Order: sequence, then C-alpha cells, then structure tokens
Amino acid sequence: MDQFSIKSLFGADTINWYTPTNATLWMGLAILAIIGLLVMGTRKRAIVPSRTQSVAELAYGFVYSMVEDVAGKEGLKYFPYVMTLFIFIVFSNFLGMLPMSFTPTSHIAVTVVLALLVFVSVTLLGFYKHGLKFLGLFWVSSAPLPLRPILAIVEVISYFVRPVSHSIRLAGNVMAGHAVIKVFAAFAGNLLIAPLAMVGIVAMFGMEVLVSFIQAYVFTILTCVYLKDALHPSH
Amino acid sequence: MASETHEAAGHAAEASGMPQLDFATFPNQIFWLLITLVVIYLILSRVVLPRVGSVLSERQGTITNDLAAAEELKQKAVEAEGAYNKALNDARAESQKIAAETKAEIQTKLDIAISKADAEIAAKSAEAEAAIATIRKGAVASVKKVAGDTAKEIIATMGVKADAKTVTAAITARMKG
Repeated sequence: MDQFSIKSLFGADTINWYTPTNATLWMGLAILAIIGLLVMGTRKRAIVPSRTQSVAELAYGFVYSMVEDVAGKEGLKYFPYVMTLFIFIVFSNFLGMLPMSFTPTSHIAVTVVLALLVFVSVTLLGFYKHGLKFLGLFWVSSAPLPLRPILAIVEVISYFVRPVSHSIRLAGNVMAGHAVIKVFAAFAGNLLIAPLAMVGIVAMFGMEVLVSFIQAYVFTILTCVYLKDALHPSH
Repeated sequence: MASETHEAAGHAAEASGMPQLDFATFPNQIFWLLITLVVIYLILSRVVLPRVGSVLSERQGTITNDLAAAEELKQKAVEAEGAYNKALNDARAESQKIAAETKAEIQTKLDIAISKADAEIAAKSAEAEAAIATIRKGAVASVKKVAGDTAKEIIATMGVKADAKTVTAAITARMKG
C-alpha cells in the first residue's frame, strides 16, 4: 500500500494543505502531458492532421459527441467543464499506470471532490434553470398517484447516493487494480510461482489500462446524465 | 527478517491502514486537485477547445467546398460530354449527307454515261447488222454465180451444152430449200 501514501516532496515532516507532495507532482505531470497532447499537438492547426493532432481531435470529438448525445444541445454550454473532468481523469489514470508512479484518482479525497463538484453544480444548475420545478425530478408523474410518494422517497435517496457511487466507483476501480498488481508482485518473490505471478501482472496491467479509460468514460458519461437531469428534470 | 516485519508493521501502523483514509492528507490533496482542475480548465477553455473547434469546422468547410467544386466540375463534364456528343452527331449527319449527295451525283453521271454508251452500242450494232446484211446479200449472189458457173462447167465437161436459164432456175430453187 506504499504506492498510495502521500509523501512530502522536499522532506517536510508534516503535510500541510500547501505542502508540495507526490500528488502535486503527478497532477503537475498530468497537466504537462495534457499540454503536450492538446496544446503542442494541435499547434499547427493542420487541415490534414498529424498523428498527435488527430488524437487530440479524437478526444475532443469523443467528449463533445458524448455531451451532445446525452445532455442535448443545451448541454454543450458545459462541454469545457465535462472535458476538464474527462481529460484530468484519463491522464491521471494512464500516468498512474507507469511503474513507481502515484495515481491521484486512486484517492477518495480526489474523486469525492470531483463527484461533489458535479453533484453540487448540477443541483444548483437545476434549481437555477427550473426553480422549484426542478423537484419534479423526484415526482414521477407517469406513475399511479398512490405510488408517487414512495417513488419520490426512492428518487431522493438515489439522487443523494449519486456522488457516493460516482466517486467510490472511480477510486475503487483504480485502487483495486493497482492493489491486485501489488499482490501478484508480492508472489513473484517465490521462485516456483514467479512465472504465474508475472503472467498475472501482465494480464492485470492490460486490464488496468482498459479500466483506466473505461472508468474515465463512465465518470464522464454519468456527469452528462446528471447534467441532462438538471436541464430536463421532467420524466 | 524479524526487524523487517517489525518495520513493516510499524509503517502500517503509522499509515493507519489505507493511505486513502488518512484524513490528514485530505486538505493537501483537495487543494492541489482544485489548482490542477483550474489550470486544466483554463488551458482547455482558453487554448485547446477554441483551436480544435476551429480546426474541425474549417476542415468541415473545406470538405463542403471541395464537394461543391467537385459537383460543379461534374456538371461541367456532363455538359462537355453533351456538346461532344452533339458535335459528333452533327458531323456524322453531315458526312452522311455529303456521302448521299456524292452518291446521287455519281449515279446521275453514271446513268448518263450508261445511256450514252447504250445509244452508241445500239448505233454500232445497227451499223454492224447492216454491214452483215450487205455482206450476206453479196455472199448469196456470189454463191449463185459460183454455183451457176460451176454447174455450167460440170455440165460442159460432160459434153452437153448447158441451158443457162434452167441452171439458174435450179440453183434458185435449191437456194430456197
């Protein structure tokens, strides 16, 4: 579990809120990688794109069409925020796949903040756009009248569980993958089962690469779904 | 070995299990996360998204323009093909007309020549027939004379004086037969 611990970069004993830590380092590296891909890669603004530029365009188009498909045309106003979340999670996850690295998204503190940002802003947006009519989200008007209060309770609970599942899913997946690789690595010390452990590490690494992307995708698409609920609260 | 496990145990106790649940590091992580998010947001919204968006729309525009140009050129090609076909048909009709005219002209000339030749041939053959008729008449007269002379000579040789009239009558009768 050493890979998950937060350490001060310059040997300070206590970790204050402003202390530069390995979390700072790897978030900074994520920013540099983002600049490398999205800013440097698109510098030429070529009509016929280079490889890097087409990857950047692919990322743009991926999130753009996701927001448009799920949240509708009105959702495109919030595309930069969604793109920020997606690109941060993707780069944190992939940089975390490097050996000896640190993965910010494996920490509940990070994912909870991300999920709460989405939850709070989406809720505020819903009330801002629709006022009290936003509460219609919890009032299933297509259900029979006697059922509606019960459904309303269920809806309210599920609404408030959203940030929990939203954050735990991401951190849990990333952390579990890294921990399983660590477990396999611990077995590699035994000569008899070392080959098996190595095969296990390779297989888990491959799956983790997949999970890194899929969890970023899931987080983003759920954000879009919540955004859609805020923009169109009626069922 | 013993000290190693001891150390590991001490480390684990210090980190109090999962580092994720070490609340002392939360303010630090949250602070740096917020800074990171703001920086990424600024990079994206100020630089990347407008740039990529403009590149994509520019490409879309270029593709649309190129398609329109291609459509136009295709239209022109179709027109050119039509003109070419028309010219080809005109030329063909013209050549057919010329051929027909020439043929008719040659035909008339030919007819005239043929009829002229026919007339000539008819004149020649009539002339020739007349000549043949004269020759035949002459020949018949000669034959009568020769036959008469021969007959007289034969009869004279036999010692009889030939009656010229009888001989001539006999020859004429024979010639008729």
